[in-house]
Amino acid sequence: MPLLSVSDLKTHYKSRDGLLRAVDGIDLVVERGETVGLVGESGCGKSTLGKTVLRLVDPTAGHIEFKGEDITVLDQRNLQRVRRSIQMIFQDPYASLNPRQTIGEILEAPLVVHKVGDRTERRQIIANIVAKVGLPAESINRYPHEFSGGQRQRIGIARALLLNPELIVCDEPVSALDLSIQAQILNLLLEMKKEFGLSYLFISHDLSVVRYFADRVMVMYLGRIVESADNATLWSDPRHPYTRALMEAVPDPSRPRQAAPLGGDLPSPSDIPSGCRFHTRCPLATDLCRADEPEFRAIAPGHQVACHFADRIN
Amino acid sequence: MSTTDVGNFRSLVAEREATAEPEAAAATAAANGPAWSNMKAPDARSQQSAAVAVTNGRRALKVFLSNPNALFGTGFLVFVILVALTAPILYPDDPLSMVGRPFLWPGQNSAYPLGTDSLGRDVLAGILHGSRISLFVGLMATALGLTFGVLVGSTAGYFGGWIDDLLVRLIEIFQTLPSFVLLVVLVAIAQPSATTVTLAIAVISWPTVARLTRAEFRAIREKDFVMAARSLGYGHARIIFREILPNALPPIIVTSSVMVATAILMESALSFMGLGDPNVVSWGSMIGTGRELVRTAWYLTALPGLAIVFTVLALNLIGDGLNDALNPRFSQDR
Amino acid sequence: MAPLLQVDNLTIRFPRAEPVGNLSFEIEQGETLAIVGESGSGKSLTALALMQLLPRAAKIANGHITFGGRDLTKLDAREMRHLRGREIAMIFQEPMTSLNPVMTIGRQIGEVLKVHEKLSGKAARERAIELLRLVRIPAPEKRVDDYPHQLSGGMRQRVMIAIAVACKPKLLIADEPTTALDVTIQAQVLDLLDTLRRELQMAVVLITHDLGVVAQWADKVVVMYAGRKVEQALPGDLFNDPLHPYTRGLLAASPRLKHDFHYRDGALTEIPGSIVSAVGEAGCPFRPRCNQARASCSHHVPQLIVPAADRLVACPFTTSLKAVPHAAALSL
Repeated sequence: MPLLSVSDLKTHYKSRDGLLRAVDGIDLVVERGETVGLVGESGCGKSTLGKTVLRLVDPTAGHIEFKGEDITVLDQRNLQRVRRSIQMIFQDPYASLNPRQTIGEILEAPLVVHKVGDRTERRQIIANIVAKVGLPAESINRYPHEFSGGQRQRIGIARALLLNPELIVCDEPVSALDLSIQAQILNLLLEMKKEFGLSYLFISHDLSVVRYFADRVMVMYLGRIVESADNATLWSDPRHPYTRALMEAVPDPSRPRQAAPLGGDLPSPSDIPSGCRFHTRCPLATDLCRADEPEFRAIAPGHQVACHFADRIN
Repeated sequence: MSTTDVGNFRSLVAEREATAEPEAAAATAAANGPAWSNMKAPDARSQQSAAVAVTNGRRALKVFLSNPNALFGTGFLVFVILVALTAPILYPDDPLSMVGRPFLWPGQNSAYPLGTDSLGRDVLAGILHGSRISLFVGLMATALGLTFGVLVGSTAGYFGGWIDDLLVRLIEIFQTLPSFVLLVVLVAIAQPSATTVTLAIAVISWPTVARLTRAEFRAIREKDFVMAARSLGYGHARIIFREILPNALPPIIVTSSVMVATAILMESALSFMGLGDPNVVSWGSMIGTGRELVRTAWYLTALPGLAIVFTVLALNLIGDGLNDALNPRFSQDR
Repeated sequence: MAPLLQVDNLTIRFPRAEPVGNLSFEIEQGETLAIVGESGSGKSLTALALMQLLPRAAKIANGHITFGGRDLTKLDAREMRHLRGREIAMIFQEPMTSLNPVMTIGRQIGEVLKVHEKLSGKAARERAIELLRLVRIPAPEKRVDDYPHQLSGGMRQRVMIAIAVACKPKLLIADEPTTALDVTIQAQVLDLLDTLRRELQMAVVLITHDLGVVAQWADKVVVMYAGRKVEQALPGDLFNDPLHPYTRGLLAASPRLKHDFHYRDGALTEIPGSIVSAVGEAGCPFRPRCNQARASCSHHVPQLIVPAADRLVACPFTTSLKAVPHAAALSL
């Protein structure tokens, strides 16, 4: 039984421009001890997907099963029980900590809410976790604004680890950090994964980070997964034209410059193109693509692509 | 081989460390300072010296205290409060009782430094005792309006949806009525007394607070740290009162100082119209009784008028000072 | 011929800090110079100094900025205003907030032309459409009447570029022009900048934290750390053979798409600590984080040395990894 299994998940919002189909039919599995990377451009719905998995946003349709239990139907009380096991690390280390609480208060609240230990035990747990993420012990008496971005992200990681979760949704955990700090945080996340036996759903727009960090990668475009494969396969044999374009667009010092691989902008999720969602920007689009939405199908074991011409691309 | 290759670099680093001279090692050790349990985040060390532990509150206080206007306002308000507290000791007699010859001008008789009114009542005693009612009504009405307004506003802003729609309608009903007329009607229906005046002012002042609180809550609700709180399974009450409210407070505090001033003005206006508590003296009622004699004995209206002006001014200065101190954009010093 | 822009020993000072110290660089006509650094490196302040738009608290304490034979630090406000937008233009990171939300994009472009070229309303509008076409905005005749919120992020950045190049400036300063954009859009926008640079014979100062961007779009690279230039090189040299420990660390710490390096193969190389440690540092600002630091590094700020043609590095202990295959030889 997989740790997390999401089937046909849809999250739609009403907005001024009409119905926003942020997440529009997603299947996803995270096995125990696995890191699944979710890649896509801003506006593709990857953050909404992450928040829906935690039920911070309610899904419109579909099911989210955590350890076999459907959490889409849980009421608030039972949800609280599940939330101990699924945690989240946020992108913006400046916005994700309450500026008016000390680090000690920020870290104690989850333990109080979930009735973990008495005062002394809680102190002990906090001191442990603070040391684990590499912060000095006296940090607990300070306020978030006294820390640098990288240190705040460490605090965010400490908070996510407090309740001994099994799955952590990392929503762009290093995008807001300077390059020299990113490696520190990625290494910390890896150490914590090993130590606590965690699984990650790792959301990022940065392909090179996902390339290093994930076991399996899913590429998302306009609310749907367009390609999914294990890490090595995806980078060596990408089959969806969008995946290829994303890879080519990442500037790489070791390679001469090419023309921008994709023209145009991401269409609005309130006005999703008919047929294949990608046909408005796809260099290979045909009439078939404009009319029929391709099925998300396996072209090799563990390698699925949503493209009519996946077999012909290589 | 490319030097960007990670393995290559690491082996280089390892070899370097192995061959490092003793003086370099000593220098590094000295720089590291006290060893911690874990050295994975040496960036924390540098912060230790850079960030002096100044809390938000202390910093705000520093900014507030370095603002001469705010200090003057606070000083004057403290003075008024002291006067209100000591009035029964300085003038133990009822300020409404006749004590001397009517129409004594200020300075004419040293027993009544600010003179007497048309009925021979001591003006100074009246002003001192009047400060009690002004402050009581101002502070109590604000406290009540603030409590109710914050409750309604935070509920509406936090939960959204139909609860928000309903509460916003309620706020709008109160805001569309001309507030002073509503105040007069409310006081006229109930018997005028300090309590009813206070309640009535609270009734007309809460919608402003509710609106403000709602706007703040709607903005802060979307912040990541509130998302984090929800993801950790916190209950609604905890999120509202522990996570959001402290962050929404600064503008509410600023507004409340102005609310006190407004409440004092309203009470004065009511008393001026004869709708105040007839059994106690207030600055408004003193102006009210003196208004027909403005041409012959202008000091009877001017003196309590000045008391109102300075108190309200002090509160506004405090409000401005608080605004500067609590607004992080101004308080961030480079 | 004298370079188009020459910055000499520029020092910017706040009352209690010196975010840029002794910075020198030059840029020839038609050239793209990249200034790379992380937040706190002083790269954005440098850009603002070139525009003479420093925040009020900041002062140019020392140095000269010579542009077309004139020292910008000596110009008065009126002369500088005349130069800004006409000969030196700037684009910012956030295309969302740097456009006026209540003005159509056509009017915003036209405004520059009216101010600097004294065009009439109608002529300005026609030039605006032309400029929108120049920055490859589809259907410019229709788009000219759009408001910023009707455009996507990439489109807005194109509009910003159109405004910046409206008066055919000689120098364009681009402060993190693509940081807020997605990779596929980033490539489009940088290509556009590069094309315009050639068409309009502009020099471009490209300020970025992204080493990949530098490699592909710059002619010359300046690496800044804590307000100082630590290395300068041609992009090819920089990536093949970084000399300063900071540049080396950065390249080693960044996961690269085309490298088969996965977390199972090992941890990423870290640069320990953060840039904050440079505050109040007497010697080399990078010393607290440097794996090659030695006692003498804390005595004085290292001078820039010229290890090879077209290269500068501010570290006396660095030697090319290429030239010295044995790492042990590095510990002199």
